[in-house]
Amino acid sequence: MDTNLVEMFRAGLNWVTMALDAPSARVVLFGVRIQWHIFVEVLLGFVIVILLSQKSYKPPKRPLTEQEIDELCDEWVPEPLIPPITEDMMHEPPVLESAAGPHTTVNGKDVVNFASANYLGLIGHEKLLESCTSALEKYGVGSCGPRGFYGTIDVHLDCETRISKFLSTPDTILYSYGLSTMFSTIPCFCKKGDIIVADEGVHWGIQNGLQLSRSTIVYFKHNDMDSLRSTLEKIMTKNKRSKNLRRYIVAEAVYQNSGQIAPLDEIVKLKEKYKFRVILDESNSFGVLGRSGRGLAEHHGVPIEKIDVVTAAMGHALATEGGFCTGNARIIDYQRLSSSGYVFSASLPPYLASAAITAIDVIDQNPELLVKMKQNIALLWKGLKDIKGMSLASHPESPIVFLKLEKSSGSTKEDLLLLEKMADRALKEDSLLVVSSKKSFLDKCRLPVGIKLLVSAGHSESDLVKVSESLKRLASELLL
Amino acid sequence: MITIPYLTAVSTYFSYGLLFAFGQLRDYSRRIFDWWSTNNLHGYAPICLAHEDFYIRRLYHRIQDCFGRPISSAPDAWVDVVERFSNDNNKTLKRTTKSTRCLNLGSYNYLGFGSYDEYCTPLVIDSLKKFSPSTCSSRVDAGTTSVHAELEECVAKYVGKPAAIVTGMGYATNSAIIPVLIGKGGLIISDSLNHTSIVNGARGSGATIRVFQHNSKAILMLLHFPPPAHLERVLKEQIAEGQPRTHRPWKKIMVVVEGIYSMEGEICQLPEIVSICKKYKAYVYLDEAHSIGAIGKTGRGVCELLGVDTADVDIMMGTFTKSFGSCGGYIAGSKDLIQYLKYHCPAHLYATSISTPSAQQIISAITVILGEDGSNRGAQKLARIRENSNFFRAELQKMGFEVLGDNDSPVMPIMLYNPAKIPAFSRECLRENVAVVVVGFPATPLLLARARICISASHSREDLIKALQVISKAGDLTGIKYFPAAPKKQEEVKDTIKLD
Repeated sequence: MDTNLVEMFRAGLNWVTMALDAPSARVVLFGVRIQWHIFVEVLLGFVIVILLSQKSYKPPKRPLTEQEIDELCDEWVPEPLIPPITEDMMHEPPVLESAAGPHTTVNGKDVVNFASANYLGLIGHEKLLESCTSALEKYGVGSCGPRGFYGTIDVHLDCETRISKFLSTPDTILYSYGLSTMFSTIPCFCKKGDIIVADEGVHWGIQNGLQLSRSTIVYFKHNDMDSLRSTLEKIMTKNKRSKNLRRYIVAEAVYQNSGQIAPLDEIVKLKEKYKFRVILDESNSFGVLGRSGRGLAEHHGVPIEKIDVVTAAMGHALATEGGFCTGNARIIDYQRLSSSGYVFSASLPPYLASAAITAIDVIDQNPELLVKMKQNIALLWKGLKDIKGMSLASHPESPIVFLKLEKSSGSTKEDLLLLEKMADRALKEDSLLVVSSKKSFLDKCRLPVGIKLLVSAGHSESDLVKVSESLKRLASELLL
Repeated sequence: MITIPYLTAVSTYFSYGLLFAFGQLRDYSRRIFDWWSTNNLHGYAPICLAHEDFYIRRLYHRIQDCFGRPISSAPDAWVDVVERFSNDNNKTLKRTTKSTRCLNLGSYNYLGFGSYDEYCTPLVIDSLKKFSPSTCSSRVDAGTTSVHAELEECVAKYVGKPAAIVTGMGYATNSAIIPVLIGKGGLIISDSLNHTSIVNGARGSGATIRVFQHNSKAILMLLHFPPPAHLERVLKEQIAEGQPRTHRPWKKIMVVVEGIYSMEGEICQLPEIVSICKKYKAYVYLDEAHSIGAIGKTGRGVCELLGVDTADVDIMMGTFTKSFGSCGGYIAGSKDLIQYLKYHCPAHLYATSISTPSAQQIISAITVILGEDGSNRGAQKLARIRENSNFFRAELQKMGFEVLGDNDSPVMPIMLYNPAKIPAFSRECLRENVAVVVVGFPATPLLLARARICISASHSREDLIKALQVISKAGDLTGIKYFPAAPKKQEEVKDTIKLD
């Protein structure tokens, strides 16, 4: 049986082989006999070539027709330009009727003013008014042009030289607006890919500059040197030290949002260890800190060359407008062509520049103003030590005395409304102007809100006593 | 669009190529030279990479004396330009105490308020003595004085809108307001020639930005296209497509245009743009930095000149530096819009308020312009600037210069093209005591360098004739009269008419 099957199988195989061999039995190509399997292989080869040359399947493209585009345009409804106005947006600020000195007039009443950053009491100083008047008569009001196109007046150059001499730095550049100083300086030096370590409590001008620079930004906890150290450590171990990657630390000398003072000596030690550059905003410390008012560097005994870029707005102790930036000659020279707020904007009105020069002269010649201001701060601290519901959150030597809310209601909006009510009542009942925190939705700072008092050398002891009593009374009425 | 002659284009490219090659050669030799001296950066990255300031070091420093010229008097029709000298081949310039009295064709002093004014300056000095130069406080804290309140009402009335908000700097106005109005999920369509402040504000807002081509009237007349065709096309495409990648519909669309473009001197085609935006429900943001106070019958800007109702433009922005001789910027809009901005705008909440004497100057200037001070100086100034601009432009075109800009616009760019002509023209004019402004890359495209003339109402006819003579001589020397001059016969006929 088996042999029969095997015989039949063999016969069948023979028969198939012969049948397939038949067509090519006599084919000889190039002296080689062609077997039947060559045909199968050639056929397979063709099939492979055809499959490879086919394009992969793509769904057909169907662009929108004109009619469909028109329909979509008709259907689209935009949001209104602004959301509906709510009750709290209708709040009107107080309107002053005289100069914003330590005492001012609101609605015909004399009011004690703790809301102007007039730290040395230079508002209304006769020397300033004299120099401004002569500048106005000589130059008119505006400068009618950017710095590159006949907007550079000799007063500007004199002001820059005076500030450099005062701070003992090689060069200075003047800006026409305090807020624009920071958001023009930072994008000048920090480009995409650089690393910036910034304090989380910096004000909006600096935040805007950081955003415009498109660099990588890492925030550290407000005024916390341990947090700064660990952040720097993390950054330096994570990134291989690239030769062209620039690294910066951005901080304010006296923080506008909380009144803390940055510990510059520790920052400089960290900066030298990890090779970062420091950009410092000295708006609220210029003319205030240090024995002769030369700022945070003098206060901590650090040579000013160690800080790479120092910027400041002049609308605080110097009682004028505008801002400046100092540093070494290379940095300042570079800003003169690449800083957008300098090149594309009209220059500072000349009378404000001459006011700045006179203000610095006054600070140089009258060091007793600083002493008086420091005494006032100490007196105010004594008066506000036991206020209920709020606590003093600023540094004891900072001219911004910040009272933060101890118990927050949970929503920032409610807190801000409460503080606004407190400030309104202080004005109406006790004739006191104080600053309650205000936040724009663009501001990313999340520090606690509270009441700010800006102490001036022009305040008398009775003013300070009055404000302490008033705030203690209002706090006990509204906050408990 | 400017049509550049072929030969000029070739020679300009060649000049820049030569300058670039020389610059690279010098950089290379400097690098070899420095290789021997040690690098004293101690591990810090260089604050500025070599290629980032190549343009500044190798091209700009050669002609640095044409820019940033200090003056020692008010920026009036005649100005004292301080002389400077350099000991190290223009790398640093030092002031001297000498100055030359030059005719000022560069300052933005359109109505002549840039110097001591008999009505405005005494009022400004009074307000200075009463309020002192600064309030040291932001507007919401203690920075609003009665002068600020009066200023905002005055500006709103002048511009023709219900309310206005004023900030201390024109540049910061754009940078701080645009992020408040539009954010992520919105679309900003801005003209390709818009100012840097608008670009910065748009970038800071986080919205998507699209650019539409600036259609100049010249090329439109050439091509017989309906005006802002590109704007309409961009709008349609963008609304149909929606947000990038998710294709959700846009939250809002804002079209940003300027009244007068400062580098071209052209006036925007506002009626057409407003009608397109109405059709597609986009918001219009008009930046009148150069046009407010300078054009229009009563100086109310481009809306008055072109007959557009101010209620159709949603947001009108402007600055006070040019026509009012002061500083600062404003936004005018509906009462709700201004109230919203006052609550949220960072420039209002955090920045020091505008200096009170400057605010007083603006109020006084507007009073003079409107004639409310009892004299007709305002109307005279407006008529004079219009006459001066048209006269000057016509004469320059007759001489064969290529002058850009529309009629009635006080900004007149004269094309130079070649990089070598930039300092040549500027220095030649200064030698003859005429101060002009020259602009090159990067404020203008690489090939299209120009000299920009700003006419003021305080220029007298003799000043302008002297300026024309000097510019003509400098133009002959540098060879910038690209068009054929008008034949002399016409001028003689004009003279005979004058004698009659």
